[in-house]
Amino acid sequence: MSLVVFTALTGLVCADTPINPVLGAVAILCIAVGAGASGALNMWYDADIDAKMRRTRGRPVPAGRVQGADALALGIVLSLFSVMLMGMALNWLAAALLAFTIFFYAVIYTVWLKRSTAQNIVIGGLAGALPPVIGWAAATGTAPLNAWLLCAIIFMWTPPHFWALSLYTSEDYAKAGVPMMPVVRGAPSTRRQILVYALLFVPLCLAPAVTGLGGAAYFGVAAAGGAVFLLLAWRLFRSHAGEAQGQRTSDGLYDVRAGARDARNLFAFSILYLSLIFATLLGEHLLGAQPLHLLSR
Amino acid sequence: MSDPNRESEAESKARRGRNIALAVGLILFVILVFVVTIVRLGGNVVTKPL
Repeated sequence: MSLVVFTALTGLVCADTPINPVLGAVAILCIAVGAGASGALNMWYDADIDAKMRRTRGRPVPAGRVQGADALALGIVLSLFSVMLMGMALNWLAAALLAFTIFFYAVIYTVWLKRSTAQNIVIGGLAGALPPVIGWAAATGTAPLNAWLLCAIIFMWTPPHFWALSLYTSEDYAKAGVPMMPVVRGAPSTRRQILVYALLFVPLCLAPAVTGLGGAAYFGVAAAGGAVFLLLAWRLFRSHAGEAQGQRTSDGLYDVRAGARDARNLFAFSILYLSLIFATLLGEHLLGAQPLHLLSR
Repeated sequence: MSDPNRESEAESKARRGRNIALAVGLILFVILVFVVTIVRLGGNVVTKPL
């Protein structure tokens, strides 16, 4: 949720179009409420498998604090209100993109992909990648290439991020019957695919310095962080993470045994790296820094 | 004999809590739509020639 709000805000600010602060705040509120609605619908539908996994069993529906029907009703009502308000307050392109994002997460990912294919989080990742495009569209009424570049960066970030996590939580996914990549294809294949996605993801993170979106600070942060990302992905590829049972030492996401440290390290750094590059873009556009336009020099 | 269809005190309290939350949410939504309308209209209503 915080990542959704943060990346949407970055998209809205990077559009470099003056927007009334009240309307900007309403746009971010609509995106946050839409994300909450998607979450409620997901938790209603997935209550059975959430109850079987350590990471998710404390959620309100499996824990019995909220009735499934109430979560469903809340999800539908919040979806309708957020889309309607986005359309009336900002524009209907942003509203349509928000509606599509909610539909994609709640129906395409949750109902269809999650339980049926190991590519679930690859394709489903589009829902998490769209918020900067919605933010950009809210500010301008358009969705140009640079907005979709931000979307592509998050889209390519999702597989190495989630697969690194699933390498040391695969016992939970197997117990719940969710076909995550380590469960279906095994740990070595997952580590190889993480490396391939990392090799595609890092150059993509440098692209904003070419397309006039990012400045010198962005290029420096993306390049230095990208090098670390690649190093951690390489170390994970060379490790045996995901091959031993009982890799976690507690319910926490970061407490792992020695064999799973490389997976935990990439998972943790992936969050930091994505946050850093979006924060740098946000800072540059707020401060009016000059973009690089590397190719046109 | 107690009526099995009758809500327990806890259920009644939970329902009341939900209703209050719903009412507050709706009031906030109305205020938000009002503020958005004023912001979007800006000075256009005042400056419109009669």
